[in-house]
Amino acid sequence: MNVDVLNRSGAEPQISSRLMIADGDIHPRITSAKVLYPWLAKRWQEHFEMFGPRHRQAWEKGPAYPKMQPLASRRDAWTPDGKPPGADLPFMAHQLLDACNVEMGVLNPLNPSGQGFQNQEMGAAFAHAVNNWQVAEWTSKEPRLKASIVVPYEDAELAVKEIQHWAGHKDFVQILLLSRANEPLGTKRYWPIYAAAQEAGLPIGIHAFGYSGSPVTSSGWPSYYIEEMVGHAVCAQAGLTSMVIEGVFEQFPGLKVISIEAGVSWAPALMWRLDAQWKKLKAETPFLKKAPSEYLRSQVWWTSQPIEEPEPRERIGEMLDWLGWDRLIFATDYPHWDFDDPAFALPFRLTDAQRRAVFRENARAVYGC
Amino acid sequence: MRPIDCDVHPTVPSLKAIVPYLEPMWRDILERRGLDELHSISYPSNAPITVRNDWRGANGKAASTAEELAKACLDPFGTGTAILNCLYGVQLFYNEDMARAFARAVNDWIRAEWLDRDPRLRASIVVPMQNTEFALAEIERCAPDKRFVQVMMLVSEETPPGRRHHWPVYEAAARHGLTLGIHAGSNYRNPPSPVGWTTYYTEDYVNQSVAFQTALSSLIAEGVFARIPDLKVVLLESGFTWLPGYIWRLTKFWKGTRQEIPWVTEPPMDYIRRNVRFSLQPVDGPPVPAELNRLIEHMDSDELLLFSTDYPHWQFDGLDALPPGLSADLVRKITVDNPMATYARLRETGS
Repeated sequence: MNVDVLNRSGAEPQISSRLMIADGDIHPRITSAKVLYPWLAKRWQEHFEMFGPRHRQAWEKGPAYPKMQPLASRRDAWTPDGKPPGADLPFMAHQLLDACNVEMGVLNPLNPSGQGFQNQEMGAAFAHAVNNWQVAEWTSKEPRLKASIVVPYEDAELAVKEIQHWAGHKDFVQILLLSRANEPLGTKRYWPIYAAAQEAGLPIGIHAFGYSGSPVTSSGWPSYYIEEMVGHAVCAQAGLTSMVIEGVFEQFPGLKVISIEAGVSWAPALMWRLDAQWKKLKAETPFLKKAPSEYLRSQVWWTSQPIEEPEPRERIGEMLDWLGWDRLIFATDYPHWDFDDPAFALPFRLTDAQRRAVFRENARAVYGC
Repeated sequence: MRPIDCDVHPTVPSLKAIVPYLEPMWRDILERRGLDELHSISYPSNAPITVRNDWRGANGKAASTAEELAKACLDPFGTGTAILNCLYGVQLFYNEDMARAFARAVNDWIRAEWLDRDPRLRASIVVPMQNTEFALAEIERCAPDKRFVQVMMLVSEETPPGRRHHWPVYEAAARHGLTLGIHAGSNYRNPPSPVGWTTYYTEDYVNQSVAFQTALSSLIAEGVFARIPDLKVVLLESGFTWLPGYIWRLTKFWKGTRQEIPWVTEPPMDYIRRNVRFSLQPVDGPPVPAELNRLIEHMDSDELLLFSTDYPHWQFDGLDALPPGLSADLVRKITVDNPMATYARLRETGS
């Protein structure tokens, strides 16, 4: 992350990974709703301009908690001619794909993508436009990039429609949800999305953030940005707990889920706790046929960034021994400020097999490319 | 020395039991309005976890007198001292006055019917955190009795525990040599998970450990430990195996965001080592003993864990309150040394 701000604009990036790698979390920037207008009905253009997305948060513009960096981005991710981070394909190709030797990167577009809009019809229109935009402006021009099907997940019917529209399109490798949905993601209202994902053979990527309106702690809204950021990990824990206890994985055995940008080191402890408590309480969930950890270990993956930084760093390896090395997918989160560089993300000795798994093969197993 | 059990729950047999300790006005209200028992949905009465099966008496309840507790819990575990954390739902009232009245009654009931009847017993002062002034007054009222060793609140109350309006309570606790016990449970002012209301109780219970993670973030980020370095916080029934993964993340973001919380001058783990302790049960550990030891190594301290049975909650079977495979040295620390170092009042009164 940008702890020390270096002015690296214009500097030639060094190739930081010899291995061809996959990157599970890249953010192309929708600089303005206007870039989506070619695919957006006039009615929604006008509606958006007049009323905005009306997220479940107080500010009309900007995040609920001010970020620590402009646009939460690397200082060197603005193009020399001033385009904002993640908005320019050739610059991204140069600064990220070439520099980090990325042969397959997954795009996760964020706001204003339609997700978290209060008006679901408008959300669906935006999501559809964003998906067209990803193909037209990104994946069709750069074969190393793959797209996520952005869906208006609060309205499962509209979300399924969008999934079915793109299912089978070679450029889309996952379906994108946000972790802070209006209800825990295991609740039945979201199940049609999982059914459609399983049918389409696409994993569900659950990216941190969202606009649930629920406080990020069970004792209400915290004061600081750091609490929100650290809180994304607990949102993912509670989200996966909901999915496994509600029986999503039992009901959809072909479903694959990727927890994106929510950390990973909490996962073994969550599994231990789930198993220990479920053992005593399983009368409540007779439909579960296996211990919770068994579902999570076979149907869930985690992206690496922001990788936790214990001292000594080898402890990440010990944590992965508990979790399973086949569960972690490397990600950079480009162009955000807490970007992880593949050369430094796991600064301890890995076996070749472990390195290949984390940096490439696990992604191949999940995304199929 | 005999073990110090830092988390034992006395059962209020019924609302009638605390009636004698209420002021007349509240006795009257209780009767006229037909109040129900103050049981929280955090522990449904008949759920398997709420009372271990072999700890349920003929009436289905756990020990509701000091004598029953001695027989069911203190004697079998050879306990030298046990700290009572009463979970009767006084924190749940929306009415602050009612919360104050019932907190007082519960504390007086604990004193008269438990502390006075078994010298091994100590207790937490239950406080109505709904109102800082009332909570403070209750601490001042109970603190002269040194058998009260701790102030207790729930992990999920109206606002994050680090928020500044709570600080007078924490300052009073530190001043009196009382620890701040934060126990699992919610008064449900907010959804019980950070992603909303859950369908199953299993989720709610699992998410208690999630609540403790955000509570710690709040205490650290707001600067409670920087401001009140003498405050000892004991997380009760929190689980602890989540601590390493959590602290690695918190520390990483502290490095990147400390500009917004400049009073947090030390790495978060330093505050935890100095100010925060965890009751042992539930262990929620890896199934293999050697792996649990590795996890404890990741906690970077052998001073963080305090022995607890969590009686009558069902966290283990038989007398296996200590997970297998811990060294004798660590067992002594967990059962005796760490509690003694944590609870100033146990050192004063002897345990």
